[in-house]
Amino acid sequence: MHKYVIKRLLMLIPVILGVSFLVFFIMSLAPGDTARTILGEDAPIEAVEALREELGLNDPVVVRYARYMTGLLHGDLGTSYKSGRPVFSEIASRFPATLKLAFWGMLFAVLLSIPIGIVSATRQYSITDSVSMVLALLGVATPNFWLGLMLIIAFSLHLHWFPSGGAEGWKALVLPVITLGTGCMANITRTTRSSMLEVIRQDYIRTAKAKGVSRNKVINKHALKNALIPVVTVIGLQFGSLLGGAVLTETVFAWPGVGTYLVNSIKAKDTNAVLGCVIIFSICFSIVNLCVDLLYAFIDPRIKSQYK
Amino acid sequence: MSAEKTKKRSMAVEIWQRLTRNKMAMLGLAILVILALGAIFADVIADYDTKVIAQNISERLQGPSAAHWFGTDEFGRDIFARILHGSRVSLVVGLISVSVSLILGGSLGAFAGYYGGRVDMIIMRIMDIFLAVPSILLAITIVAALGTNLVNVMLAIGISGIPSFARIVRAAVLSVKDQEFVESARAIGTSNATIIFREILPNCMAPIIVQATLSVASAILSTASLSFIGLGVQPPAPEWGAMLSSGRNFLRDAMHLTLFPGLAIVVTILALNLLGDGLRDALDPRLKQ
Repeated sequence: MHKYVIKRLLMLIPVILGVSFLVFFIMSLAPGDTARTILGEDAPIEAVEALREELGLNDPVVVRYARYMTGLLHGDLGTSYKSGRPVFSEIASRFPATLKLAFWGMLFAVLLSIPIGIVSATRQYSITDSVSMVLALLGVATPNFWLGLMLIIAFSLHLHWFPSGGAEGWKALVLPVITLGTGCMANITRTTRSSMLEVIRQDYIRTAKAKGVSRNKVINKHALKNALIPVVTVIGLQFGSLLGGAVLTETVFAWPGVGTYLVNSIKAKDTNAVLGCVIIFSICFSIVNLCVDLLYAFIDPRIKSQYK
Repeated sequence: MSAEKTKKRSMAVEIWQRLTRNKMAMLGLAILVILALGAIFADVIADYDTKVIAQNISERLQGPSAAHWFGTDEFGRDIFARILHGSRVSLVVGLISVSVSLILGGSLGAFAGYYGGRVDMIIMRIMDIFLAVPSILLAITIVAALGTNLVNVMLAIGISGIPSFARIVRAAVLSVKDQEFVESARAIGTSNATIIFREILPNCMAPIIVQATLSVASAILSTASLSFIGLGVQPPAPEWGAMLSSGRNFLRDAMHLTLFPGLAIVVTILALNLLGDGLRDALDPRLKQ
């Protein structure tokens, strides 16, 4: 098992290097001169050229990337052109808010979707099954930013139950969490249902039933653990859309997280900040994927046994 | 008519019959046909210059009525007309960006699957890197770098969809590349490119068609998301996400500004998902069982 963990950890290094290079390369394609953006349109050409030299903007992209990654390893993501503060500390101060939103959003999705998926599968073609599947389909089709706006209209502007923005207190968390978690919930529900349906038709489930094992035990002990593998995959994949969704959800609710910072930085053409946000998000996504892979080994002894 | 043509036609008929038996898929198809007709005849139904672009301040923020089915926006423009013309943008961006993903991702996946070995390893590791960036974030990065216009939006969404097509096409190619008809083509000296594009790909279209249908839905959602944060289609051009974004300022007094464009997105994506699920069942009945 240790071998497996070490192998997966080592595989993370080229992925992070590749992702950071991809994002760095794309951002380097941005038209316009960063030095001129910083100094303003009226700055003399000599000053612009001097700043370009000072920032190393005249170097080839690979050299700039190597310098950026060396900085990243030391917790330096460059300086924000807008605020003049280090991008790393700007992101670090906002990261807990995004993490909080993502954590509760995913918890909300998982806690609701897995029981709904199990009930739908065990009562296939019942009214409960039909209603939950229609809702899941609608959940997949609804853009989270629109859902957020509809929730604000209903629960903030008309009922006054929850605030429409900000991050003060638990009440401010409710609407953004529902907004962010609904799409994930819909996808996980659909996967849980189809995976459970496949598992409960297996011979060993029939055998367990024939031996007189109680219905709850058959589902919770025999079926669920085997049905969980594709569900864990989807949860891992959903984390990516959760991060993307966080950008939009934070924008709707003026949530003070990395997503709002990213959108504001794009509008301000603050390329260093944009680069830092996307790289941090991508590294988080890669780490979550690693955790999902490690979780497989925990759930499925067949994977674990390969690495003993 | 040759036996092969008859067989092909009968398979298509069989798939169509299986699809028509699926009521939800047919509902999705019917909605999409209506949307497509609306987009094609948008100019006939509502004039672009006078209804969609021209401002009419005396009629601003009116609720739904017989004259304006979905009401008017903050500039007095008819929301129904803007949604109708906005469907053109959504469908065009959806179709073109998915074509970009399909052509580039499909070719890369086909080469990776067919050649295997080092080619496969290099292509798929590059795809893994693309997959490590959440697709909407990748699209945001590309548009932020290249600038906000419709072409860049299509390019950004198209590029972010490349890895999923590469993976699906590769898997499909791997499943058929060792079959006898491929070996026969190779034996008579057919070139590799002809074998890939004329022999292998036509025989693994099922997963590609399903993925393409579902990808159009995600592309429409991504377009709306980009426009919502100001990175997509720029005003005054009508686009559903941009309409939602400008409607945010009038949530209390004129919720129809956000309600109807959002419903348009939900209905379109729902229809594409219903059709995609139906196509999957019709093209591969084993999945349904």
